[in-house]
Amino acid sequence: MEEKNSIRKSMLARLAAVIPVVKSLTTRKGLAGKLVIIGAVLTVAIVVMTALSPWITPYDPNDVGAGDPLTAPNSQFPLGTDLLGRDLLSRVIAGGSVMLEVAIISVLFCAIIGIPLGLFSSHTGGVVDRFISLIMDSIYAFPGIILAIALTLVLGRGVINIALSIAVVYIPSYFRVIRSQVLSMKELPYVEAANSLGAKRRTILRRYILPNVLPSTIVVATVNFADAILTAAGLTFIGLGVNVSIPDWGRDLTYGRTLMLSGNWWVSTFPGIMIILLALGFTLMGEGLSELLNPRLEQGGAK
Amino acid sequence: MTLKTYVISRILLTIPMIFILLTTVFVVVRVLPGDPVQMHFEKMASPETVDRVRTLLGLNKPIYLQYLDYLVGVFSGNLGKSMQDYSLVADQVFSAFPATLELAVFATLIAVLVGVFLGVESSKSYNKPKDHVIRVFGIVTYAVPVFFLGMILQMVFGVWLHWLPTGGRMPTGLAPTGMNVPLSPSSGFSAYFLVPSFVGLALAGICLVLAKMRRKPIERRLWTRAVILFVVGFAMFAGLGWYFVSAGRVHLSTGLYTVDSLLEGNPFKFGLSLKYLFLPSLTLGVVLCGIFIRLTRTNMFDTMRLDFVTAAKARGLKDRTVTYRYALRNAFLPVLTMMGLEFALLLAGAVLTETTFSWPGLGRYIFERISFRDYTAIQGAVVVFGLFVSIVSLAVDLLYAYLDPRIRL
Repeated sequence: MEEKNSIRKSMLARLAAVIPVVKSLTTRKGLAGKLVIIGAVLTVAIVVMTALSPWITPYDPNDVGAGDPLTAPNSQFPLGTDLLGRDLLSRVIAGGSVMLEVAIISVLFCAIIGIPLGLFSSHTGGVVDRFISLIMDSIYAFPGIILAIALTLVLGRGVINIALSIAVVYIPSYFRVIRSQVLSMKELPYVEAANSLGAKRRTILRRYILPNVLPSTIVVATVNFADAILTAAGLTFIGLGVNVSIPDWGRDLTYGRTLMLSGNWWVSTFPGIMIILLALGFTLMGEGLSELLNPRLEQGGAK
Repeated sequence: MTLKTYVISRILLTIPMIFILLTTVFVVVRVLPGDPVQMHFEKMASPETVDRVRTLLGLNKPIYLQYLDYLVGVFSGNLGKSMQDYSLVADQVFSAFPATLELAVFATLIAVLVGVFLGVESSKSYNKPKDHVIRVFGIVTYAVPVFFLGMILQMVFGVWLHWLPTGGRMPTGLAPTGMNVPLSPSSGFSAYFLVPSFVGLALAGICLVLAKMRRKPIERRLWTRAVILFVVGFAMFAGLGWYFVSAGRVHLSTGLYTVDSLLEGNPFKFGLSLKYLFLPSLTLGVVLCGIFIRLTRTNMFDTMRLDFVTAAKARGLKDRTVTYRYALRNAFLPVLTMMGLEFALLLAGAVLTETTFSWPGLGRYIFERISFRDYTAIQGAVVVFGLFVSIVSLAVDLLYAYLDPRIRL
C-alpha cells in the first residue's frame, strides 16, 4: 500500500512537471514552442471530434438520401452531399476513426519492434549489428508505399494488416535513430561505470540508456504518425484501403476523384483537408519537438 | 581511405543490399501465406485451372527452386510472365520505365529549384516573419497527400481554367518517335568522325570541369585521364556509327518524350510534352521541396557567417553574387546528398502522382495490376523500382565522395 502510494505520488509529480514545460513552450522565443502547441491542439481537436462523432453529426453519415445527390454546399448541408446524397459534414466529422486506428496501431507496432531491435543491435555490435543494420538500410532505401502495397496485397485489407504493412516500412526510422544514439551513449562515463560495476546488460539498456533515447524516439513517433496517415491514405487511393462500411476520409477522397474532374469539387476537398490537418498536427509537433530537443540538428528526423 | 577503396567498398556494399531487397520481395510475394493464383481468380476457378496456371508460372516447384529461378530470372532480365495477359513482364516494365524516369527528373528539378530558392530567402531573414512563413510552408508540404494536391491542381488548371491537360502523357497518336533517319553512305563522315569526336570531347570536358569544381590544379595526370576518356568515347560512338551505317538508318529514341520530340525535331510536340509533364512534376516537386527548404536554410545560415563570405561582402560584391555564387556553392553539397536519400521518397510519390494523372509509368502499371491481383507483374515492377533506387543512391554517394573529400575519411 505504502509503495503503491509513493508510486502514485511520483507519477503525479512527473505529470506536474509537464506544466512548467508547457508554460515555457508558450513563452519561448522562436517558432518551435508554438509549433508544438498548435500541432497538439490540432491533433487533440481531431481526436475529440472523431470520438464524439456519434453524438454531434447533424445527419447519419451513412444515410443515403439525406439530401439530393451532389448538392453543392449550402445552408442545410454546409459541405454539400456526395453522389449518394449522404451529408458530407457528417461524414467528415465521423470519418477519422479508421485512419486514426491504422496510424495508432502501426506506430505501436513500430515502437514495439523498432526500439528493442535498435537497442539490442547497437549494444551487441559486431556481425549481428552489421547484419541487422544492412537489412534495415535496405528497407529504409526502398520506396515506402511500394513495399506497403506489396505487403497489403499479400496480407489482406483489414485494419491490423494494413497497420502492419505500414509499420514494416517505418521500423527502420526508429532503428536508425536509436542505434546512432546508443552508439554515442555507450562510451559515456556513467554507462561505463555501470558496466564496470557488473550491471546486467538488460539493466544497463533499460535503466541507463533507454530513458535518454526516449525523447528522440518521441520525435520519430510523431513524424511516423504523420507518415502512417499519409501512407494509409495513399493505400486507399491506390485501391487497397481498409474494407469497411463506416465513413473514411481516404475513401471519400478517392471516390470524389472522378467527380472532381466533372466540377463537383466539394466531395473530395473536405476529406482531403481533414487528412492534411491531421497529418499537419503530428508534423508540427514533430518539427517543434525535434528543434527543442536538439536545436542544431534540425536537418535530421523526417524521412 | 582513398577514393578508390571508398568506391570499391561502396559498390561491394550495394551487392548485399540488392540481394536483401530481392529476397524481401520474394518473401513478401511468394512465401507469406496467401496463394497468388487463388487470389487472382478470387477462388472461383476450378482446381484444374488453378493447377494449370501454377504449372505455367512455375509456382508448383519447391520453394528453393522458385527462389533460384527468380534470382536467375532477375539477373538475366526475365521477370516472368504476367498473370493477367501472359506476356513478358520485363517488356511491359521497361516500356513503362522511361515515363517514370522523366517524371522523376523533372520533379527533382522543380523540388530543388523551389526548395533552394525558398531556403535561401528564408535564411536571409532568419527568424523573421518571412522566414516563419516559408518554414511553415515547408512543413505543410510534408502533410499534404501528394495525390490530393494533384487532384486540386487538376481541377484548378485543367477543369476550371482549361490551361493544362488533366492527365495522360500525350494525346493518342502523337507520341514522338525519336530520330529516324535513313543514312546515305555519305553520312560516314559524321557517323565515324563528327559525332564520336563530339562525344569524346564532351566526356573529356566533364572530367576537367569536375576537377575544376573540386578546385584541383589541372596537371598532367588529369590531362592523361581526359585523353583516355576522349579515346574511349570516340571509340564507342564510332562503333555505334558503324552499326547505324551498316543498318542503313538511325533510330534514336529514349522513351523520354521531351527528348524524343527534340530528336524528332518537332517543337510542337516538345511543347506539348512539357505541357503534359508540367502538372504531375509540379505536384511531386512541391511535395518534396520541404526537405530542401529546411536543408538550404540551415546550411546557408551557417555559411553566410563564414569568413570568406564576409570577405566577399567587404570587397563590395553584389548581394546576389555573394549569396548564390559564393555561399550557395558551399551549402549545396548537403542538398546533393539529400537528393540521393530522397530518391526513394520521390519514387513513392511518383506511384501516387502517376495514378492521379494517368501517367503511364511504373506506378500506374502497379496500380492497374493491383485490381487484377497480377502478382508477377507487381513483383517485377517492385524489383525494378528497388534496383533503380539502389543504383541512383550508389551514383549519388560516389559523386558526393568525389566532390567532397571529407566523406572518404
